This record gives sequence, C-alpha cells and structure tokens, in this order.
Amino acid sequence: MVAFTLNGEARTLDVDPEMPLLWAVRDVIGLTGTKFGCGLAQCGACTVHVNGMPTRSCQTAVGDIEGASITTIEGVSGKIGETVQAVWAEFDVPQCGYCQSGQIMSAVALLTETPKPSDDDIDSAMSGNLCRCATYHRIRAAIHETANRLET
Amino acid sequence: MSQFLSKHNSVRPTRRRFLVGAGVTTAGLAVGYRLVLAASDIAQTTTAKVQANPFQTYVEITKGNRIIIYSSQFEMGQGSYFGIATLVMEELDGDWAQVDVVGGYGNTALYGNLAWGGAAQATGGSTSMSSSWERYRKAGAAARALLVAAAAQRWDVPAGEIKVASGVVSHASGMQARYGDLAEAAAGMPVPDDVPLKPRDKWAQIGSDSLKRYDSAGKTNGAQTYTIDLMMEGLQTAVMIHPPKFGAEIESFDATKAKALDGIVDVVQTPRGIAVVGRDTWTALKGRDLVEVTWNEEKAEGRGTAEIMAEYNKAADDLGAATARDDGNTPAAFASAEKIIEGHYEFPYLVHASIEPLNAAARINEDGTIDVWGGHQMPDLYQAAAAQVGGTTPDKVRLHVMKTGGSFGRRAVLDADVIIEAVSTARALGRGKPVKVQWTRENDMRGGRYRPAYVHAVKAGLDKKGNVVALHDHIVGQSVLGGSTSAAMIKNGIDPTSVEGATNLPYAIPNLKVELTTTDVNIPVLWWRSVGSTHTAYAVETLIDELAAAANRDPVDFRLSMLGHHPRHAAVLKVAAEKAGWDKPLPEGRFRGVALHESLSTYVADVVEITLNDENGFKVDRVVCAVDCGTAINPDQIRAQMEGGIGFGLGAILQEELTLKGGVVDQENYDTYTPLRIEQMPRVEVHIVPSEEPPTGVGEPGVPPIGPAVANALRAATGKTIRKLPIIKNMSGMTP
Repeated sequence: MVAFTLNGEARTLDVDPEMPLLWAVRDVIGLTGTKFGCGLAQCGACTVHVNGMPTRSCQTAVGDIEGASITTIEGVSGKIGETVQAVWAEFDVPQCGYCQSGQIMSAVALLTETPKPSDDDIDSAMSGNLCRCATYHRIRAAIHETANRLET
Repeated sequence: MSQFLSKHNSVRPTRRRFLVGAGVTTAGLAVGYRLVLAASDIAQTTTAKVQANPFQTYVEITKGNRIIIYSSQFEMGQGSYFGIATLVMEELDGDWAQVDVVGGYGNTALYGNLAWGGAAQATGGSTSMSSSWERYRKAGAAARALLVAAAAQRWDVPAGEIKVASGVVSHASGMQARYGDLAEAAAGMPVPDDVPLKPRDKWAQIGSDSLKRYDSAGKTNGAQTYTIDLMMEGLQTAVMIHPPKFGAEIESFDATKAKALDGIVDVVQTPRGIAVVGRDTWTALKGRDLVEVTWNEEKAEGRGTAEIMAEYNKAADDLGAATARDDGNTPAAFASAEKIIEGHYEFPYLVHASIEPLNAAARINEDGTIDVWGGHQMPDLYQAAAAQVGGTTPDKVRLHVMKTGGSFGRRAVLDADVIIEAVSTARALGRGKPVKVQWTRENDMRGGRYRPAYVHAVKAGLDKKGNVVALHDHIVGQSVLGGSTSAAMIKNGIDPTSVEGATNLPYAIPNLKVELTTTDVNIPVLWWRSVGSTHTAYAVETLIDELAAAANRDPVDFRLSMLGHHPRHAAVLKVAAEKAGWDKPLPEGRFRGVALHESLSTYVADVVEITLNDENGFKVDRVVCAVDCGTAINPDQIRAQMEGGIGFGLGAILQEELTLKGGVVDQENYDTYTPLRIEQMPRVEVHIVPSEEPPTGVGEPGVPPIGPAVANALRAATGKTIRKLPIIKNMSGMTP
C-alpha cells in the first residue's frame, strides 16, 4: 500500500509496487490525460510533476512515490499553469494533441523555475518532449508569450 | 496515398437536392430532431430508412441547440475536422460554441472521397478540403435555409426579412429563436431545389486569419480522449507479440506461465500474432514476458538493409523494368551534352512513429453485432475487415471514429492490421467482453509498414549554354500499392506512388526519362506523409541545384528560366526568395539553399539558412516557406501544417533511418529512431500565396521541399551534395 497526494488529494494505491506511475494513474485511477508514448523516458508524453519536478511517469515505480505530491495535467492550477494552458489554446499549438499534456507539464515546470526563459532555456527544458507533429515552433512562441503575460 | 483511387477518373456528382427527414436520436435520455442532409444520389431513400441509420447525415442540429457535424474525413491532427466545420459554419451562420465534429461512416454515397471519385470513404493524399469543399458548404447552406423557412412559417413573416447571426434567427418584429428551437420544425420544411452558396466577398469564416480551432482547449487539459484512453465496463487490455521477422509464423506457443500470473485474462492467437490479455496494461506486459513462442522462419525475410541496398544499387545501373515517362531522346542528348552529372541517391526505410502507438478496441455484442473503436482512417475497409474477422456482415459493425495521436499515413493501412487483432481477440474472449489492443513503442517501431527504401540512379546533362538538355532518373524500390487492394492502380508496371514527383517534373527539359524497377522484398511498406515526393523531391531538387552550380547560374533564376509553363510553381519560388532576402548577403558561416516542389496539387518553396559549426556539423536556423494551396480555408492551419511538415521532413532527412540485420529490425524505440526535437527546430515563416483556385491540401505538401533545401544549403557551404540519407550520419568528412 502506497500513500501519496495526487492533484491535491490524499490517495492510496494497492498495486504491484513495480507498476509504473503512468499505468497506475491511467489504468487504476482512471486519469488518462497523462499519455504513453515509449515506456523508456524518451518521448516525454507521460510527464507529471513529482514534488514539483517534471518527471517521466513511465520510469517512476509506484513503490517509489510514498509521501510524494504528484500533479498530472488534470491537476494543473495556479497562475502559471492556467496561463500556459490559455496561451497554448490561443496559439493553436496542438495538432493531434497527444504529446501536449507532457509538453505543458514541462513548460509549467520551466516557467516556475525560470520566469523569463531564453530560447536556449526553452530548448534544454523541452528537449525531452517529442512532438511528432513538430509543433515546436509554436511551443517556443507560446512559452515566450506566457512569460510576457506573467510579467505584467 | 495520392492516387489510392485514381484522381484521373474522378466524377463530380451534382449535389443539387437535399433529402430532409426528421429523425429521433437517443443521446442519453434526451430526444432530439435532426436535419438529414443527404446527397441527391440517395434522394430516393425513404425517411424511414434514414431514421434506421442515424449516421446518414452531414449536419445535425439538436433540440438542445448543439451543432453536430459528421465528417467524412479523418482527424489525425491536421485539422480536417476544423476545416470541414469552417465550410459548414460559413454557410450555416451558427454559433461556434455549439459545434462538435464526429467521424461519420457506413455510407459511401455520403462520405466517399470525391477527390478520388467517391467510391470509398478514406482520408489521404491531402484531399480532405478538395473533397469537402462543395459538399459541406451545401450542407450548411441547406440547413440554414430550412431553419429560416421554419422561422418564417412560425412567425408568419417573409423569409427574406429574417436575419441570422451566430445561431440566432431573428425578425425586426422582435421575434427570436435559437437553431435548436427551430430544429424540429425545420426538419419538416420542404427542401429547396438548390441552395445558393455565399459569394467569395461575403465569406466571414473561410480565409479568416483570426478563426481559431474549436478543439484546442481540450488538448491542453487532458480532456481530449484517444483510443488509448477508452474506458468502459469490463474493458481488458491486450498487448501483442509479433513475429521477430517479417513473414515468420507461429509454430507453437506456451502460455502456461503467463496465464498463471494474477490478472492475466487470456492469451490468444490472432492472425497477426499473440494477444496477451490482462486487467490492465502493466499486467498484460508482465504476462507477455512469460509467453514462450517458437517461430517458423521458413518464409521470413532474412535480408538486412545492407544487402537490400547493395542489390538496389546494382539494379539501378541496369535498365529499368518499366518506363514512367520518356520525352525526347535521352541517350542522344547525353551523347552530345557538354557536361554530365550523375550519381546514386540512397533513401532509407522510415517509420511513421506517431507518439500514440497503434491501437484499437473491439467488442462482440450479445446480439452478434460488433463495436470497433480506433483511428479509422479508412472506415469502409475497416468495417469490412472487422466483419470478416468477426464472422458477420459489414452492416453489423459499428465504428467509433476516435481522435488519434498522429498518423502520417500509418492509420490508413490496407490490411487493417490492428483492427484485425482487436476483433479477433474480442471474438476469442467471447460476447460482451470488450478488449483494447495496445501496441508498445517496440511493436510500433518493428511492426512494419514503413516508407520504402529507394535508390535513384540519376544522370543529367547540360549543353554549352548551360541549359539542361536531358535528365534520367531510374528509381528502384518497393511498391506501396503492390499486393494491396489498390494494386489495380499499378499500370504497365508503374506504381504511381513510387514515381510521383519525378514524372511530373515542371522544368522544361526536352529529354526526360523516368524508369522504375519495383523490387520484391518482404518488408511491409506504406504511404508516409507525402509518399513518393519524400524521395523524388530530394533527388530532383538537389540535382537541379547541382546543375545550376555547374552552369554557374543562380539557383532561383535557373529554376525560373525553366518554369515558363508553370506559373504557380514560379510564383511560390519568387515569394519564398523575396521574403527570405535571397539577394541579400549573409553573415560569415551562414549559407542558403532553396527547393521547390508540387505535391498533391499544392505548390511549396522553401528557402533555408544554415550555420556551420565547429564540430563539422550544422544547424538549420531559418526556413522561409511559400505555399499555394488554392483558396485558403484556414490560413493559420495552413501555416501550422507547413511548420509541422518542415519539422517532420527535417527530422527525416537529418537523422531518421530504420535498418535491419538478418531480417530483424535494429531500432526499437525513440533512443535509436530519432524524430526531430525542439532544439533542432528552425524559425519558420510561412507566406500563403493568395489564390482563388479551388482549395487543395496542406497536410503533406509541406514535407518534400525541406530536405533538398537543406542539402542545397550544405552544398553551397561545402561544394558537395549528400546523396545518401540521413544527412548527419553520412556527412562525415565534409569540410567547408
């Protein structure tokens, strides 16, 4: 039995402790916004926040999250997160949209840590998030715009 | 899949009359009324029959005021649902906040792809807008006319005095109603014989730069669901074991250990491999590791890509098996040419590698009908395939057209691979037991259906004045259409998808020969975003650039001098060059390249700027793209598809390659098969050339020019053309 916080709520899970957090969140808890893409921490579609840090949930075992605070795309809140989501939609960043939960989780973490990121900051923070539709051009623009709006 | 069904024999059915019927829907407990707007060719259908099939419709307006548009075209990220909704809404004058688009299916007369003659419902070849252009505007206009007529009757005022804006119908007398309030009455109105469409100067939605996709918000908060996200009572998850080599068969398997694992429901053999069914994905994956399979590899492909490419290179120097184009007399022209450039190009196998790995779900119901959920890019075909595997008839198969995490061609697979797996697994489990087959990344990467590998043997000649007098291109590789249900498209040994982009070369070259040798290799192949143009554009456009250099001519001027009969090609090239500042000098260490290509009737030119760096490498800094896709329906989505196509194409030519050794695929995941990442994405500017021509597509045509444009910039920097892809692996030793 593992106890942790998920999107602000206390939770317990009684599953194989080796089960990746990704599958626990999706198949057991039923929150499907976090996506499976590779199972190898190569694509970033499964990115969640573990104690605020962007983390690949496909490589995080349930047994290792005792006491941790987990945020998934469904739990994004606060000024930074909501501004990122609003700008993302306004700029029509998503095409198929499948990787965008992971993109947004990485972008929120970046802007929390670095309120005014440069292109290089964006590239290094977002490098782990593949987008096969290659919406990268708009992701960069949306992160800059979010930073601008949060500044004012 | 450009010529999946011939565009040359396309019919243009007249859709002048619309069938209207009131039908009852059963969405939850609510009962709504629908306007059924059908094509004239089924105008004889009775209302009762229409009611019996609730999917025979383009536009439904519910009593609850929702506007539901049934799309003939599949949405895989490219914005076809938004495009079709824009066409409907232009004429309907509805409220965008009420719009939803769902995938229609099961009625070829309604949903057949008109760009291909209407004989089958399918999405591909960037035809969604050309197929829908009239059909969905007419549907919107007819719905509006009926709503206005209903209001006129109810209020007893002339229809001409009624105003419509954002889904609200009103009259100067103060009367007002929402569409939903009028839907029931409208369904009973007589159908107008013809519905005039708005003239171009009255358009408010089509061509609007400020119109945003209606479906973006759900893709920013996790609300948008895909096949992988399906949840329903009793749903089990299955993971697949596929043969280790293409063509290998199951000799025997032992699932005893797997079945002993808590949570494993069953292990079943399907026509395409073994499905391990579990209560959740993780359990199924653990069970999969415990299944022991003995494979019969007698019929398996045992070659690796090194052997295959060596055979192709050899074949490319021989005569071609078939001739796709033969203008003038190329041997004579080469004999008298002043200068000859020749060489072999090599293109590797490529994977679609959509981030949502392939999947589908199925349930055999108690009454024997079948439900199938998935990325149904070819609904008619999948319905038939599901019926066959499920032991029933197509009319007993209900499809649920899911949104999908990318396709790039992979969801349009003629053998209905994952659909077959899902339905046969569901059948093995028994009635009332839904199952979702979910491939892993490794299944997806090693599952075949690749962009075929090709070799081009090219030769081109210049005369004393520097004019191109002859060009010969011999293409060697597998046929996408060969052995498929579309094999009838192959005429005189020519699969048009193998040679497109070379046979329709726009440049005025008097002696031009394109040959094709189709190879027999047992590696499953498929259309991959822009199909033949993925390799032909690279070969032709880098060759033309080399010829320009050999003739000591500017690459843009050189091309323009050969485009006298192709004004749309010339126009995009001029716009890209002008916007990129082609004539302006570049800083030290920076180089430009240009390429021009028409695919699927859309014209695209790219000018790229690259910077060489210390590690004998380079970075693509900037791409200026000009596109002519006829009438621009959603300008911002045209830009999005050009941006995305550039990123997709750039990843491929820089660093994507699928290889095999002894018949086994080397790559399994994104660590070794490497699509573009954000730090490699250049700045992109897209310029849309204004046009009043009918709309053509943008999903694919953004891909072909970026590769040769980058290669041409590298040649400008180093003097060498890279003829073997991917570039990064094959550029060692190049020095500025």
